[in-house]
Amino acid sequence: MEQSSLNFDAPFEEGIPARKEREAIPKTHKVKARAEVEVEAEAVVVDVDVPAEPHIFTVSELTFSVRDLLENRFPDVWVTGEVSNFRNPEHKHYYFSLKDDQSQMRAVVFNGKQRIPFNLEDGLELICHGKISVYSARGEYQIIIDHMEPKGKGALQLAFEQLKKKLEAEGLFAKERKRALPFLPRKIGVVTSPTGAAIRDIINVLTRRFPTIEILLNPVRVQGDGAAAEIAEAIAEMNLRGDIDLLIVGRGGGSLEDLWAFNEEAVARAIFASEIPVISAVGHEIDFTIADFVADVRAPTPSAAAEIAVPRKEDLENEITDFRRQLFIAIKNDLQTKWSDVQKLKGRIIDPSRRFPDLILRLDGFAERLRLAVTGRFQAWEQLLLKLGSNLKHLSPMHIMEKGYAVVTAKGVEGPIKSAKSLKEGAGVDIRFYQGFAAAKVTKIIDG
Amino acid sequence: MAERTFEQSMEELEKVVRQLEKGELSLDSSVAAFESGIKLAKECEKKLTEAKGKVEQLVKDESGKTRAQTFEPKD
Repeated sequence: MEQSSLNFDAPFEEGIPARKEREAIPKTHKVKARAEVEVEAEAVVVDVDVPAEPHIFTVSELTFSVRDLLENRFPDVWVTGEVSNFRNPEHKHYYFSLKDDQSQMRAVVFNGKQRIPFNLEDGLELICHGKISVYSARGEYQIIIDHMEPKGKGALQLAFEQLKKKLEAEGLFAKERKRALPFLPRKIGVVTSPTGAAIRDIINVLTRRFPTIEILLNPVRVQGDGAAAEIAEAIAEMNLRGDIDLLIVGRGGGSLEDLWAFNEEAVARAIFASEIPVISAVGHEIDFTIADFVADVRAPTPSAAAEIAVPRKEDLENEITDFRRQLFIAIKNDLQTKWSDVQKLKGRIIDPSRRFPDLILRLDGFAERLRLAVTGRFQAWEQLLLKLGSNLKHLSPMHIMEKGYAVVTAKGVEGPIKSAKSLKEGAGVDIRFYQGFAAAKVTKIIDG
Repeated sequence: MAERTFEQSMEELEKVVRQLEKGELSLDSSVAAFESGIKLAKECEKKLTEAKGKVEQLVKDESGKTRAQTFEPKD
């Protein structure tokens, strides 16, 4: 050790600790190596002033010395180059070469799979930081990288692009597999932080729109180490319950690093695997995450997710009330029309009891059923109608007729005449006015 | 038959209303349609009031079992 250091520049040899491997080098090797060198040395001794006792290294000694030298000279370097010979991305540690157009060097990232957010691939331009060392078994020098960034963009940006490309290719974003959200979910599951603004906003908006909605929060950490795994697990857990109709997964705004869990593969896979439809709600309007691409619906914010999740209860109640009104109007009109049809027919029959005894009996029977139907139910409906109040009158055909419109009907044509084409010249028609009826004859059809 | 969803009941109700509005049904069918419409409207209203409006969160107890308990967001 002491001897070998004599051969190197002074500043780097101090304080190098002795290594056990060196002491373990077998003596025989040393002797043999020395013998060979001495044979060569003899030839030059004649002409050159050779030091009396040249130190003769073993290969290991020399290698370790070189290593010590390099490690001390380059403990903290930045280097840029292109990835090549990256073979085994599934291995815990990453081994590859860094190269430029003239040189290349070996590189290693211990725990690379865990530490590097993006995937390495040949051709990728990197800026790396680390220290230089020597892999003594091969005598190769290498850089042990502790930090790397893709050239020209951030590490997270690249990781995002790579994962997006991969999942897209697998079909995780396909429109065909996106499920429709339930129109009226009974219970909504929320996967987010119990303390953030997101859950507060979601609960506020949901209960404002639909006061009786049921909400179940599965509290998770939404940033930091392990957040992605927690979110993924919570989504899976919600799926096991069987009482959740819709999931909202998200968090409030933050930096790219804060939102990062929602760009991780575990969360994307969990959303994809969810049988419950998922609304993603991560950050603000401008933040797009991988989770957003996989979710059935992407909401720009947590509040917006709640808006999308449920309709306004009030709107639905109004809609039902409208339908009910329309039912009353329709049945009223229908019965009125039928009633007047019967009256009209009765009036037009001359001496019916003699000429059409059967018909008049049938008519009377029909009229009686109508009367029962009308008087029995009609009064009650009428009252309900009044109660519903409002401007229903404007919707009634009678109201329209009051303004001077008339309804034309003809024998053999069902319902009011809507087209001149359904009539024939010379045919008789009935015209119903706001007050009374008239029989008329078609003198000419002018095709509209 | 599986229970109709709210959405299905609403669609059915609308169908009945439109059918009745056409005025082409016989007397008996008209009355039957009206009555089924009223029934559907009630069914829809009932579905709107079914939920109890609970806000809960999942918590794990000492044995690692998960249960739901009332949740109140902190302001």
